[in-house]
Amino acid sequence: MPLLSLVIWLPILGGLAVLAASRHTTDANIRWMALAVSAVTFLVSLPLFFSFDSSTHEMQFVEMAAWIPTLNINYHLGVDGISMPLILLTAFSTVFVVAAGWEVIKERVAQYMAAFLIMEGMMIGVFAALDSVLFYIFWEAMLIPMFIVIGIWGGPRRVYATIKFFLYTFFGSVFLLIALIYLYFQADKSFAILDFHALKIGMEAQILIFLAFLIAFAVKVPMWPVHTWLPDAHVEAPTGGSVILAAIMLKLGAYGFVRFIMPIVPDASFELDWLIILMSLVAIVYIAFVALVQEDMKKLIAYSSIAHMGFVTLGFFMVFTIFEKTGSIQGAALGVEGALIQMVSHGFISGAMFLCVGVMYDRMHSRNISDYGGVTNTMPVFAAFMLFFAMANAGLPGTSGFVGEFMVILSAFQANFWYAFLAALTLIFGAAYTLWMIKRVLFGEIKNEKVAQLKDLNAREAAILGTLAAAVLILGLWPAPLIDVMHATVNNLLEHVVVSKL
Amino acid sequence: MAFEIPNFAPALPEIFVFTMICVVLIVDLFLTDKNRSITYLLSQATLLGAAILSVAIQSSVPEYTFSGTFVNDGMGTVLKLFIYLSTAVVFIYSRDYLIERGLYKGEFFVLALFAVLGMMVMVSANNLLTIYLGLEVLSLAMYAMVALNRDSSVASEAAMKYFVLGSIASGMLLYGMSMLYGATGSLDHTTIASVISEGSSDDIVLKFALVFIVIGLAFKLGAVPFHMWVPDVYHGAPTAITLFISAAPKIAAFAMLMRLLVEGLGGLVEHWQDMLIILAVLSIIIGNVIAIAQSNIKRMLAYSTISHIGFLILGVIAGTSDGYAASMFYVIVYALMSLAAFGMIMLLSRKGFEADTLDDFKGLNQRSPWFAFMMLITLFSMAGVPPTVGFYAKLAVLSAVVDIGLVWLAVLAVIFSVIGAFYYLRVIKFMYFDKAVDNTPINSAYDMKVVMSANGVIILLLGIYPTGLIALCTSVLA
Repeated sequence: MPLLSLVIWLPILGGLAVLAASRHTTDANIRWMALAVSAVTFLVSLPLFFSFDSSTHEMQFVEMAAWIPTLNINYHLGVDGISMPLILLTAFSTVFVVAAGWEVIKERVAQYMAAFLIMEGMMIGVFAALDSVLFYIFWEAMLIPMFIVIGIWGGPRRVYATIKFFLYTFFGSVFLLIALIYLYFQADKSFAILDFHALKIGMEAQILIFLAFLIAFAVKVPMWPVHTWLPDAHVEAPTGGSVILAAIMLKLGAYGFVRFIMPIVPDASFELDWLIILMSLVAIVYIAFVALVQEDMKKLIAYSSIAHMGFVTLGFFMVFTIFEKTGSIQGAALGVEGALIQMVSHGFISGAMFLCVGVMYDRMHSRNISDYGGVTNTMPVFAAFMLFFAMANAGLPGTSGFVGEFMVILSAFQANFWYAFLAALTLIFGAAYTLWMIKRVLFGEIKNEKVAQLKDLNAREAAILGTLAAAVLILGLWPAPLIDVMHATVNNLLEHVVVSKL
Repeated sequence: MAFEIPNFAPALPEIFVFTMICVVLIVDLFLTDKNRSITYLLSQATLLGAAILSVAIQSSVPEYTFSGTFVNDGMGTVLKLFIYLSTAVVFIYSRDYLIERGLYKGEFFVLALFAVLGMMVMVSANNLLTIYLGLEVLSLAMYAMVALNRDSSVASEAAMKYFVLGSIASGMLLYGMSMLYGATGSLDHTTIASVISEGSSDDIVLKFALVFIVIGLAFKLGAVPFHMWVPDVYHGAPTAITLFISAAPKIAAFAMLMRLLVEGLGGLVEHWQDMLIILAVLSIIIGNVIAIAQSNIKRMLAYSTISHIGFLILGVIAGTSDGYAASMFYVIVYALMSLAAFGMIMLLSRKGFEADTLDDFKGLNQRSPWFAFMMLITLFSMAGVPPTVGFYAKLAVLSAVVDIGLVWLAVLAVIFSVIGAFYYLRVIKFMYFDKAVDNTPINSAYDMKVVMSANGVIILLLGIYPTGLIALCTSVLA
């Protein structure tokens, strides 16, 4: 059965069906319909995990069909240990996004739900594509629904934020396109990503390709100093939009690093790894300070996302230093796996944090920290959840936030003590900005009338946050299944990366 | 000198269209305003008949006739079919618009068909004089069409500018052609090409000829720095005419570029390559940057056309058959998008009201989600964002220039296409993120709505599965 096609096209067609149905049915039915589509998609994606063969690094569930023969573009799908968990994460998150927009979205419900379902299919397409043009198409196409989601259902400065978001990412990706076209001719007119992996490229070309890829993926991750679109987009986006941005879209950039940059231009990556490491460490340290002074909860979490994604890129690009020092790829594998786990874990935690802010925003229509205080008195259940996610965000052992960060820091020691030192500072800063926010929002005296009248979580909200909390806890306590799935792929990636392609 | 009866068969569609123009002209004389739809139907029938004839006489090897001045080949057939198609769509879109403005007269159809005839001759020309003949038939018809609304001072001004600048361009072209004749001793493309490849002709004269010919072509295409007429004409002409000018004549201009530069002057490729690079770069930069400052959507689309012309030229610059195919694909796709965009302006216009400022698109998503979506697809396609067909058009021309090692040109083009994306996004912002000010229901003819929807859907479907059209362009230019 073409499982991957099913997971990609089911939500897209489902989204179109939702749009088509909107004329003939009520908004309530539309919501149920969207929830059903997203839930079925998630169920359909589960076999990807359960029948995944973790002993091999080869692409699995491969589908291949000629698409545009004159340009040798194929409909080529497949997953390995890196992309498969991210597909599951996407399918998982979309269910929550649909549920999170249940009551708060009152205008143009069908368009809202359809945008997210279509976006889901496209994001899964990015992870599953093995043809670079197919990758690029999904990569660009998903900007359209996101652009509309932020623009229609966003906050007061939504137009500015959404145009900035679109242009930033579009600017990055056009360089990616040129690099892909260049590689197409180098690879003897093939757009297959795996052919690119096998390609021998000269150093000068490698560096230029590296930079082109870097612009595209660094904007998406986003890395300092091209991160400025993210706080704006997050603040203005509706809760669902923020969740998808943080949980999935940022991962797409990081995924690009391991799927494109490291295997295609390893020598340039080796040569310029200091650049990425520098950018990552600045993100971890400097952005954490920026997060500390934010007054807006969403902005704070957005900045914390940037810092956490700095961990991911750090984990990827320490590989070269570690390999140079130790000569073995085992130590390096720890860092890469840590980074990948951090990606999945950050998907849960940041998604959950944005949902928490969304829960408060729906009641108070404010995201300012200073408008809150003493929420725990009126919303004890909610406060417990939010505190838990905040702890996870700060990297508390036992939660998924700890696993990835710990692995990355551990492997950073092999590279350079100072990398590890600076990276470990995040545990302190992370705790500082997250918990300080928690203190000001949840604890203390009840600040004002509005807070005093807050109602605690309803069943829907409790179910959403409860499931996410379970996911964070399971991944934190027992990350082995996820690591197993990735192991063969990561080892293969590293064996590939440390061999020169000049 | 013996006179042979030429083989008329390859020119059957042209002969048919010309005959039908006479018929329409005469029939229209006897019609009252009530029965004007007979003229309309006859014109549509003319296009349909021409399409059937073109398909019937298509040939895979080039057929020459009229002493080698006229050619019928694969590229010609495909381009002509798209010229008929876009003209037929223009007729459908503009019917209500013209009726509401009292312009629904036989003249419009006759002039449009004459323009079509001119384009067909250009497409099939294999001789400098044939090209010039076709070009003038097209141009004269278009000058008159721009001035069709004689009470409008803006339209008259536009027509005047168009006429003066167009005449200068024709003069340049003709002057270049005369020098080319002087250098090679022939007007025939095939002979010119072989003389140039022998290298026996005077190089300096050839280069001068080339400069004038390229200037003439650039004028007709509307490439910077010969673009000044484009915004004024697009803005001043009645939207129905703008719609017509923006689609089919671009296809014909592409054919002229191919016939003259590639088939005739292919031997001078290194020389015209550099000139075209300058034209392309300037068009892409100026078109995209100045479009941002426009508040009138017709002017904005005019500048966007200029940038699209720049992209179109990119493929020709490559000088490879893949590059030509890419440009051909681009021009066809551009015609489709342009029809949709200008068609949407006419869909929103009504009696006494022109929806030609950006503000008129406010809240379109509330008024009509479906047509807002169609416009959204069109605009994203113009910006080159997948999954719309505009993406493949850009992909194809960019790969053509990367193929010949001009990566910097591709990089420059994409950077400016990002700048270009901004003004397309702004229209989408008006449609989707703003509240509607004008809540008049969108009333138009049923057939227009159907064709408009089909137009948008095709842009999307070709974006998902462009294989057939790409293969078609590649096969006729292989």
